[in-house]
Amino acid sequence: MALSGMRGLSVFISDIRNCQNKEQERLRVDKELGNIRTRFKSEKLLTSGRAVSVDFVDHSGGSGVEMYGFKIRRRGALTLIKVRMSNSQQCELMMALRGHSFFTALKYIWLNDVEFDRTLNGKGLCGKLWYGLTHYEKKKYVWKMLYIHMLGYDVDFGHMEAVSLISAPKYPEKQVGYIVTSSLLNENHDFLRLAINTVRNDIIGRNETFQCLALTMVGNIGGREFAESLAPDVQKLLISSSCRPLVRKKAALCLLRLYRKNPDVVNIDGWADRMAQLLDERDLGVLTSSTSLLVALVSNNHEAYWSCLPKCVKILERLARNQDIPQEYTYYGIPSPWLQVKAMRALQYFPTIEDPNVRRSLFEVLQRILMGTDVVKNVNKNNASHAVLFEALALVMHLDAEKEMMSQCVALLGKFIAVREPNIRYLGLENMSRMLMVTDVQDIIKRHQAQIITSLKDPDISIRRRALDLLYGMCDVSNAKDIVEELLQYLSAADFAMREELSLKAAILAEKFAPDLSWYVDVILQLIDKAGDFVSDDIWFRVVQFVTNNEDLQPYAAAKAREYLDKPAIHETMVKVSAYLLGEYSHLLVRRPGCSPKEIFSVIHEKLPTVSTTTIPILLSTYAKILMHTQPADPELQKIVWAIFSKYESCIDVEIQQRAVEYFALSRKGAALMDILAEMPKFPERQSALLKKAEDAEIDSAEQSAIKLRAQQQTSNALVVTDQRPANGTPQIVGELSLVKIPSMSDDHTSADQGLSQANGTLTTVDPQPASGDLLGDLLGPLAIEGPPGAVQSEPNAVSGLEGVPSSADYAAIVPVGEQTNTVQPIGNINERFYALCLKDSGVLYEDPNIQIGIKAEWRAHQGRLVLFLGNKNTSPLVSVQALILPPVHLKIEISLVPETIPPRAQVQCPLELMNLHPSRDVAVLDFSYKFGTNMVNVKLRLPAVLNKFLQPISVSAEEFFPQWRSLSGPPLKLQEVVRGVRPLSLIEMTNLFNSLRLTVCLGLDPNPNNLVASTTFYSESTRPMLCLIRIETDPADLTQLRMTVASGDPTLTIELKEFIKEQLVSIPTASRPPAPAPPAAQPTTPAALTDPGALLAGLL
Amino acid sequence: MIRFILLQNRQGKTRLAKYYVPLEDSEKHKVEYEVHRLVVNRDPKFTNFVEFRTHKVIYRRYAGLFFALCVDITDNELAYLECIHLFVEILDHFFSNVCELDLVFNFHKINYFITSPSKGIHRPHIGSDDSPHMRTLACVYLILDEFILAGELQETSKRAIIERMGELEKLE
Repeated sequence: MALSGMRGLSVFISDIRNCQNKEQERLRVDKELGNIRTRFKSEKLLTSGRAVSVDFVDHSGGSGVEMYGFKIRRRGALTLIKVRMSNSQQCELMMALRGHSFFTALKYIWLNDVEFDRTLNGKGLCGKLWYGLTHYEKKKYVWKMLYIHMLGYDVDFGHMEAVSLISAPKYPEKQVGYIVTSSLLNENHDFLRLAINTVRNDIIGRNETFQCLALTMVGNIGGREFAESLAPDVQKLLISSSCRPLVRKKAALCLLRLYRKNPDVVNIDGWADRMAQLLDERDLGVLTSSTSLLVALVSNNHEAYWSCLPKCVKILERLARNQDIPQEYTYYGIPSPWLQVKAMRALQYFPTIEDPNVRRSLFEVLQRILMGTDVVKNVNKNNASHAVLFEALALVMHLDAEKEMMSQCVALLGKFIAVREPNIRYLGLENMSRMLMVTDVQDIIKRHQAQIITSLKDPDISIRRRALDLLYGMCDVSNAKDIVEELLQYLSAADFAMREELSLKAAILAEKFAPDLSWYVDVILQLIDKAGDFVSDDIWFRVVQFVTNNEDLQPYAAAKAREYLDKPAIHETMVKVSAYLLGEYSHLLVRRPGCSPKEIFSVIHEKLPTVSTTTIPILLSTYAKILMHTQPADPELQKIVWAIFSKYESCIDVEIQQRAVEYFALSRKGAALMDILAEMPKFPERQSALLKKAEDAEIDSAEQSAIKLRAQQQTSNALVVTDQRPANGTPQIVGELSLVKIPSMSDDHTSADQGLSQANGTLTTVDPQPASGDLLGDLLGPLAIEGPPGAVQSEPNAVSGLEGVPSSADYAAIVPVGEQTNTVQPIGNINERFYALCLKDSGVLYEDPNIQIGIKAEWRAHQGRLVLFLGNKNTSPLVSVQALILPPVHLKIEISLVPETIPPRAQVQCPLELMNLHPSRDVAVLDFSYKFGTNMVNVKLRLPAVLNKFLQPISVSAEEFFPQWRSLSGPPLKLQEVVRGVRPLSLIEMTNLFNSLRLTVCLGLDPNPNNLVASTTFYSESTRPMLCLIRIETDPADLTQLRMTVASGDPTLTIELKEFIKEQLVSIPTASRPPAPAPPAAQPTTPAALTDPGALLAGLL
Repeated sequence: MIRFILLQNRQGKTRLAKYYVPLEDSEKHKVEYEVHRLVVNRDPKFTNFVEFRTHKVIYRRYAGLFFALCVDITDNELAYLECIHLFVEILDHFFSNVCELDLVFNFHKINYFITSPSKGIHRPHIGSDDSPHMRTLACVYLILDEFILAGELQETSKRAIIERMGELEKLE
């Protein structure tokens, strides 16, 4: 392994071996690392030292020799390096220089064996580069590094040496370079990018061994840049008839990697046929690799690869019949189980099999697998045959086979979940859960409930998790009580790793399938009691919502809460929920023993010393409410409570302090108190936040799950069914609650779909719209607040903190490109300028001491014309000017040529043509750079070609608005969201903002004066002009939150528009921000002129 | 898709690690530590599958060595479990017994290995002053690269891999 003759390495390893303890070993390793570091001194020389300025000068000078020179300023001395480069190298080097430091460029030169002009450079920096280590020496040190890395020490230098070995001409060095690079680096390392050229040369070269090395490295650590520059070459190797299977199988997987990094590198039109041809391959190694590639391709786009479907079936037949399978490809007598699994996996991405012949032969194969797999003694054989069997089961489920085969599957699974062999039992449970997602087998699976519950108590956590998943999936109204109670019982014994999931799932099931609401309250309170630490806030918010919305439930809940308070030690969450419930409803209990206001107060107040600051505000509200409900007033109680309020008036926690002050003042007002502290209004119905949480547990896999894809197709049906629910009057309770109150309704025609959507967690899309006859039914609902108000206020703007206001750092439009280039500071706030330009069509986009970029735009339907005005503010020219547009996928942008030099005090115009292809709120970025003196300045600026520019204001009347509003009845066409952390705006300000966003506010449509309704038309190439309707419900009491509903005829448009408006509402720069730093006196800029780039630039000229 | 492959001994020393997803070194150390913690104390009667973050670890123990593959939640568990075994069979071919691998990697006990002649007759040629550890290490990496690429199985024929290794040896 290229190691012969390495004495030093052997000595080092034997030293390490002789170390008596870890400390000695570390010392020895440190010493060796130090040694290697000195050896790699050229690297050290390069990366140390002060900033270096570089001047890229053409030294060809008509001499016919392509020489280019760099001037390097290092420690005051000027050195000139001359290099000889080909054109492509020159381009790459230019890019390296533009985006990176000068060092990167030098590394590039070094790694790519660019020829230096030695005579001119003497012994300085370049001498080091030129006379660097030999490949042999490098190899030696690089091996040591890998060894040290293996021992678990960090090796954070010498990466460049490893990479540079790749370009060694001889196999032993090259091999070491590739092995060590693959082990030490990952795709995000800069050095790798610099080696692309060398790697490419190995791939397209004639040396098979080098091809294999290169393909292996790219396949294992290739990144996006590799994908873009190497994909065509790799494709060529894969289909080449002159390459050995050895190379082709590597090429197939290498291409798979590149495709995963960037799916665009495989051109579907041309490739589908080639792919089908590849599946005719005789060599099973190539076939195995190609099938993996196919799985990735079809998971993204099965339509293009229809022609591969019969080929996959053919492969399966060949394997199943053991036809023409070389002995070496059978594993314990089974013809390549892996290839069988892969082929069946690929088939699961095709929705159906239309050709009856193909279908028949596939089912024959599947039948054979289902029937012919027996349990055998040999573990390996057993595993391999069951690997095939389980994949076949998945495929049968997917293909919705004749009922006979499906029941065969269920029978098999039923057998599996009862066996002792843990792996098989695990897979039996897992596949049963999957089966629930795709077919209606709930009734059959219910027969195994007892068995599944046994698995919930298995010592192996992996099995317990699967059992929990399955129980969760199979739960419905009929067995909810049993299952939930089983989960509750198990909760106390469950390990910590599972408790949170367990309590979340129990809470969801209790809510969804409760036979009566008091049971639901019982379950949640038990949950909090048993596993308070694992009960998230959402769970108790939800129970409060239920109780608030159901009057019958209130006395019961209050009584229960009172009971729990008597327990000696209760969880803080229990304190919160009990305090809240008793604050609201304890007056309903007055006649009961131990429930006088005073008693209730003292039992709650006992808990106060034990709780944290987030709970105290809730307790204070409770005290205020108890006080208010005490009629006639009890002076003694009043005195105590007032004392508490005044104690907290000086609390350091603002929330507590504010409440104490306010309640104290309010409670002295007597009768007025009644209104303010009256019972909380009902909560508007909304989807359970818990479900959303359960859905958020997304899986992260290389390919999308076939089952999930399929289930998604099916939920669209579920949507239709839900919408067809009869409008029986105006049900107060809808959605999750309707399942509780009117279970019969959901039983007959929605249960299957409900089951489906629960199981894969897509219930969001089944957001129940009130099917009421009331025109403005949902328009008139009160403002939505997710939890009890106390809790919401105690965590201000939790939402906005997460996803709302982008911090200025995140969006900083100027991106420093390297230490050398960061010397020019922009004038004014780039973000503010961008936001201003989103609302108007001309203005300044960017300004610094050297240049000003103005913008003027015209928009027509889905097209736009934008002119950039580049004005040089100096008396010397700006050179190397470059403007690149990085367009998002939805915009087609054409930019005309930008002159490389802008003369002194001149202004250059640069027009851009834009076309909007489809709705998206991504932003195009202008990558602008120029050179002034020795400074390279590079800025990345967002272009104000944002979504609202493609809107056309339109005013609609009530007659037009309401039918539209109603016909867009729910997700995904109509979406609603509560937005928090909104910049407070008065209604008039918001109207103005909307109008400037080209959303026409239609006055008088909404009967509630605090609400705002707007309409607009959206234009893009892919959609016809789309009418969009927006409704904002504000809360005059709290301007930082509002509820927004957006509807349009296109789901993407709805979501993009909603998010766009949200961004505008939360992140507009406020006028109160500190003014932008004043520009240097040399360039007087009047604020008025700022608004008009033309005027400003004219002034400069 | 295989995210990474780990070969660890019972003490948690990582003998071989191969990552098919980009991770920083610090993250790798963390992952290795966590995976070890996850599998080391599991009863032999338990399943060979454990959930790990948003993925799944398929592991198998051979004497003192744990082989662990981290794969997607949706992947076929048993197929990967046997993939480990196939890999072990291939390694067995070169090292006569995988348990020996731990010995080779276990530098403190290496004297034993050097003084008692190994049965690993198929092992590629060893130079006079060659380092057996590095040879083993490089050899395992090369075998792995012929077996798995880009996180997917490349070759399932033992013979094909053994022949390929022979070819590579001749190149030196």
